[in-house]
Amino acid sequence: MGRIQLKQVQKKFGEVEVIPPLDLEIEDGEFVVFVGPSGCGKSTLLRLIAGLEDTTSGNIEIDGADATGLPPAKRGLAMVFQSYALYPHMSVRKNIAFPMRMAKMSKDEQDKRIESAAKALNLTDYLDRKPGQLSGGQRQRVAIGRAIVREPAAFLFDEPLSNLDAALRVGMRLEISELHKRLDTTMVYVTHDQVEAMTMADKIVVLQAGVIEQVGSPLELYHTPRNKFVAGFIGSPKMNLIEGQAAAKYDATTIGVRPEHIGVSTESGDWPGTVGVSEHLGSDTFFHVKVDGFGEPLTVRVGGDVDLHYGDKIFLTPNPELIHRFDEKGLRIG
Amino acid sequence: MARAISTNRKALNTAAAGTLGFLMFFPILWMIVLSLKTEEDAIRAPLEILFSSGWTMESFGAVQARSDYFKHFSNSVIISLGSTFLGLLIAIPAAWAMAFVPGKRTKDVLMWMLSTKMLPPVGVLIPIYLIFRDTGLLDSRLGLTFVLMMINLPIIIWMLFTYFKEIPSEILEAARMDGASLREEVIYVLTPMAIPGIASTVLLNIILAWNEAFWTLNLTAAQAAPLTAFIASFSSPEGLFYAKLSAASIMAIAPILVMGWFSQKQLVRGLTFGAVK
Repeated sequence: MGRIQLKQVQKKFGEVEVIPPLDLEIEDGEFVVFVGPSGCGKSTLLRLIAGLEDTTSGNIEIDGADATGLPPAKRGLAMVFQSYALYPHMSVRKNIAFPMRMAKMSKDEQDKRIESAAKALNLTDYLDRKPGQLSGGQRQRVAIGRAIVREPAAFLFDEPLSNLDAALRVGMRLEISELHKRLDTTMVYVTHDQVEAMTMADKIVVLQAGVIEQVGSPLELYHTPRNKFVAGFIGSPKMNLIEGQAAAKYDATTIGVRPEHIGVSTESGDWPGTVGVSEHLGSDTFFHVKVDGFGEPLTVRVGGDVDLHYGDKIFLTPNPELIHRFDEKGLRIG
Repeated sequence: MARAISTNRKALNTAAAGTLGFLMFFPILWMIVLSLKTEEDAIRAPLEILFSSGWTMESFGAVQARSDYFKHFSNSVIISLGSTFLGLLIAIPAAWAMAFVPGKRTKDVLMWMLSTKMLPPVGVLIPIYLIFRDTGLLDSRLGLTFVLMMINLPIIIWMLFTYFKEIPSEILEAARMDGASLREEVIYVLTPMAIPGIASTVLLNIILAWNEAFWTLNLTAAQAAPLTAFIASFSSPEGLFYAKLSAASIMAIAPILVMGWFSQKQLVRGLTFGAVK
């Protein structure tokens, strides 16, 4: 079991309120991702759940029991840190065994769990090495192994992939998703990378300045962002946000159009513009187009084979059914 | 890209570094040369660097015959090890508290401790001398151990503080998440990780205590005198005996020099290799 409820949880550092009172429910077995720009309080929120920080007010309940005052070890949660936080003087085996040793588990049981974790994480050949002799990905797997053997109610991940290179990150992302499917245990995952959030989460919590902007499944957030912030944050490349005349035409202060929802023509269309820098990914191409009368250039996503060049005159037409409209407060209309 | 250094520049740097190194080593070399000469050769001017009239070990024999080297040696060992051990007993908890549970005044306390090192020791010689006289600590190994411990304490605390500071707090938090109590966190995680730092602090402190001369000369006479006092006794009323003085100096610094040489690696070794990133 691993149901976590935050009730009016607030955190202040001195006079600075990092997290204004918030409520959040994390269901048993869910993969929840906290995402937001750096300094938005997502790591602090995770540390509050872990018990590494004390709440200023409010309650944290784990499986229905109040855990607000409990020390980290008593909450039945396991955490994987950004820096791995392995014990450098212990072998991989001892690192993984450490939480079980602290729990005074029998030696046989310890060995059994170490073997099975090592097998699941491809660490069997490295059990006698020290963390300093491992690569970044292997270290991260040891950190995950140390978390698994405790059989916790929930796993907490604090930006676990941000120290890895891009290729390894994609691999580990899949491994963690796979692990979640296999263990069926609650996972709370903090990241600033919206791609990680979109690809892994059952439920995404978007945070800004300690405030929850929206909670929902990845596709809910993509299709119906509640406000301009979520609209701009979720999706890659970013949604184009347009103000002024073009927005007024749709009865909104701001309209948002995703790069993949804009049609390109060399002959006619709503918005005439000039092709700027383009980014070729092979499968897709992103054009940055300067549109007459718009402040910011628009990003447009087209197929990989579209043949347009810097300085070409083109016309853009948004798909009217996929336009997001926002009022003067930045909130979604309709 | 590495910064390009021309070959000429490199040669120049090597020459400059070599010269500087030689200049720093020169007094020791000079001392070795002098200690192997007879007293007559040692004071001859201009001095012959080469041994035209042969070299001799007689000064070393004379030094040992005149005063008991091993008594001074054992005093030095007891005083430097004792003061280091006592210092650690106080400094480890102090540095620990300041590194991991810092308060509002932690910085000020650290600066204040360091400021005591700026006071010229002679400024407190008379009060300390009188206290020692009245408490019967003059010329005692216990008294000297205590004074040297007090003198080096700020340095020990500072060094340990900086080493402890380098232990990433995430590792301690991981231990806490893993169910370790404060005691277990200290025994199984913190101490093993801090051992290289503690070891280099110990080594440096032994060297400092071994070489300390001001207090050892002023607070001892015969009983507790360590090797520094042993050297000084050769520049005495009978006049300066260069060869014997050099021999005594070499006998005094040799143990610490050898120890320093063998523990170089430990002295400069980093702390938490492979722990994070």
